[in-house]
Amino acid sequence: MSDIVVRNLVKAYTPDGPRATDDVSLEVAEGEFLVLVGPSGCGKTTLLRMVAGLERPDSGTISIGGRDVTRLPARERGLSMVFQSYAIFPHMKVRQNIGFGLAMRKVPGNEIDRRVRRAAELLHLEDYLDRYPAQLSGGQRQRVAVARAIVVDAVVLLMDEPLSNLDALLRLEFRAELKKIVRQIGTTTLYVTHDQAEAMSLGDRVAVMRGGRIVQIGAPLDVYDRPSERFVGGFLGAPPMNFIPATVARNGGGPVLALGDQHLAAPSTLDEWVGRPVLVGVRAENIEVSTEAAPGWVTATVEVVEPTGAAVLLTVRLGEHQIKVQTAPGFRVAPDDTVWLRSAPEALRLYDPETSLVLRP
Amino acid sequence: MNRRVWVQIACVAITLFMGVPLYFIALAALSSRESLNRFPMPMLPTDPSVETLRTFLDTTGIVPGFVNSLTVGIGTIVLSLLIGVPGGYAVARYAFRGRGPYQMFLLLTRALPIVVLSVPLARIFLNAGLYDTTYAVTLLHTALALPTTVLITAAIFVGVSREQEEAAMVFGASPLKAFLRVVMPQALPGIAAAAMFTFVLSWNEVLGATILTLNQRTLPAQVLTTLSDSPLAYRFAGGFALVLPAVVFIAIMRRYLLNMWGTTLR
Repeated sequence: MSDIVVRNLVKAYTPDGPRATDDVSLEVAEGEFLVLVGPSGCGKTTLLRMVAGLERPDSGTISIGGRDVTRLPARERGLSMVFQSYAIFPHMKVRQNIGFGLAMRKVPGNEIDRRVRRAAELLHLEDYLDRYPAQLSGGQRQRVAVARAIVVDAVVLLMDEPLSNLDALLRLEFRAELKKIVRQIGTTTLYVTHDQAEAMSLGDRVAVMRGGRIVQIGAPLDVYDRPSERFVGGFLGAPPMNFIPATVARNGGGPVLALGDQHLAAPSTLDEWVGRPVLVGVRAENIEVSTEAAPGWVTATVEVVEPTGAAVLLTVRLGEHQIKVQTAPGFRVAPDDTVWLRSAPEALRLYDPETSLVLRP
Repeated sequence: MNRRVWVQIACVAITLFMGVPLYFIALAALSSRESLNRFPMPMLPTDPSVETLRTFLDTTGIVPGFVNSLTVGIGTIVLSLLIGVPGGYAVARYAFRGRGPYQMFLLLTRALPIVVLSVPLARIFLNAGLYDTTYAVTLLHTALALPTTVLITAAIFVGVSREQEEAAMVFGASPLKAFLRVVMPQALPGIAAAAMFTFVLSWNEVLGATILTLNQRTLPAQVLTTLSDSPLAYRFAGGFALVLPAVVFIAIMRRYLLNMWGTTLR
C-alpha cells in the first residue's frame, strides 16, 4: 500500500513563470524512506512543502494514507516535519518544544511527559529538557527538532535538509543515527537533500530531481550504477561518473568503442549503433588500471595523484579527455607516468550525445 | 585613548545631558518657594518640601487632567496595538499589492503638522458628538502612534522566522494559535517598545489635545493653559508632574526590552 501518493503536481510561483514542480508524480510506500535529491532550485523543497501543506499546488493531487489531503491545511494532514533551520521555539524549554505537537493535540499532561521522556532518551536529550534552545549547541538543537517530530507518532515524517546546518563531522555521525532512529520507528519518510552522499546512504529509494521533474527514481545503488541520463551520473557519486565521447566501430566480430585511435571492448548489444557517436559513462571505481601494457587496454597519462587513504584517486588524460580513476591504496604511480586502462564492457553505460539519455539497444 | 574609553565618555555625556535638567526640575519642584530665589541656587536638596507640589496638585483641573491623560494614554496603547500589530505582521510577512504605498501612507500622518490635522478633526468630532471627549484625543493619538507601532512590530516580526510558524502549524496549531503561541511571545519586547513610544507620545502631545477638548483636558493641555501665567515655582512643579509618569512608565517597560530568553532586542 502506498502511503504518500502524489499525482501530476504542478506549481509555479509566478503565473507563466518557470514551474517549480512540473507535473510530478510519486508514490512512497508505507514505511519507506524516500530521498528527494537534486541541485538547488530543482523543486525538491517545493514538492516537500506541498506534501506538508505549507504550499498550495496549482494543480494535481496529494493523498496521504489513502485520504486526499490536497486542500487540507498542514495541521489536519497528520504529519510531522523537521525543518532546515530546525525552527524550534526559542522561548520554550526543550521539554515544551518536544511536547508542542502533543499539547496542540490535547494529549493529557502525564501522557505528554511520558512520551517526551521517551523521545528525549532516543535522542540523548534527557539532561537538557529544562534548558532553553539558546543554551544548546547546533547539534543538540537539531536533536530537539527531530525529537519534536518523532514524538507525535505521525504516519508521515517529512525532513527538509535537516543535516545541512551541521558541521561535517557531526553530519556524518548524525546521519547514521537518524537512519537508525527512522528504522526503529518505521515511519514513512520523505527526505529532501542536495547532498548526494546523504541521499545514497539514507534512502530506501532516491528520486533525483532536476528542473521541477523527477528524472530517475530507484534504489540508491541502481540509480548509482545505471543512471538514466548524463545528469544523474554526474550528480550522484563522488567523483562523478566519467563521460567520454566515442564512436562505435566494428573490429572483426563485435562492436568496439573508438576513443581517438584507441579501441575499447564494447557490449555486443551495440551492433545497431555502429558508425555513430556515443557518450561512454563509466564510474571511477569500474576502471582497471595497470602500469604495464596489455592487449585490449588503452593508454593514458597520469596528471594528478590523490591518495585519499581508502583509495588512490587518479586524474588521467585519455586523448583529449580528462577522466577520474579510483584504484587500490597501494597503487604507486607518479604524474606524467603512462598507465593502461580497461573496463569491463558490462560496467560501461552508453548515452546518446544529443539527448544525454541512456541508450537501450 | 582607546575606543572603549571614548564610548564611555560619550555615554556619560549623553546621560548628563538628559539627566541634569531632570534633576534640576525635580530639585526645584521639591524645594520650598523661598529656596528657589536664593543665590547661588543650592545644588543639593537642602530644604526639601512638598508644599509647591501640593499647591500645584490642588489647582483646579490638575487631578482630572491627570486621569484624562492616563485614560487617553492607555486607550491609545490598546487601540494602536490592536490596529498596529496586525498591520506590522502583514507588512512583515506578506508581499501584498500596495505594501510600499501603505507604509508611506502611514507615515503621512506624521508629515502634517498636528494643528493642520486637528482643526478638521475638531469639526468632524463636533458633528459626530465626540468633541471634548477623551475618545477624540485617543483617536488622534492612535493615528499619530500607528506608524511607529506598525514599523516597530514589523521589524520584530521579520526577526521571528517563518519556519517557526510553519512548524507550529504542521504540529497542529491553527494560524491564529501559531501566532499567539509562537510569534507573539517572541515579539513582546518589540510590542513593549511600541507601547512605550505610544504612551510617551500621547502623554506629551499638547496641541491636538488642546484643540480637541475644552473641559476634558489632558494634563499637558491643562498645564499649558493654566501655568503660562503662574509663578515660577508652579511651573517647576508642573514640569515635574509631567515628566514623572513617563519616566516611571519607561522604567517599568524597560525590562521587557532587554534580554528576554537570553536574546537581545533585534
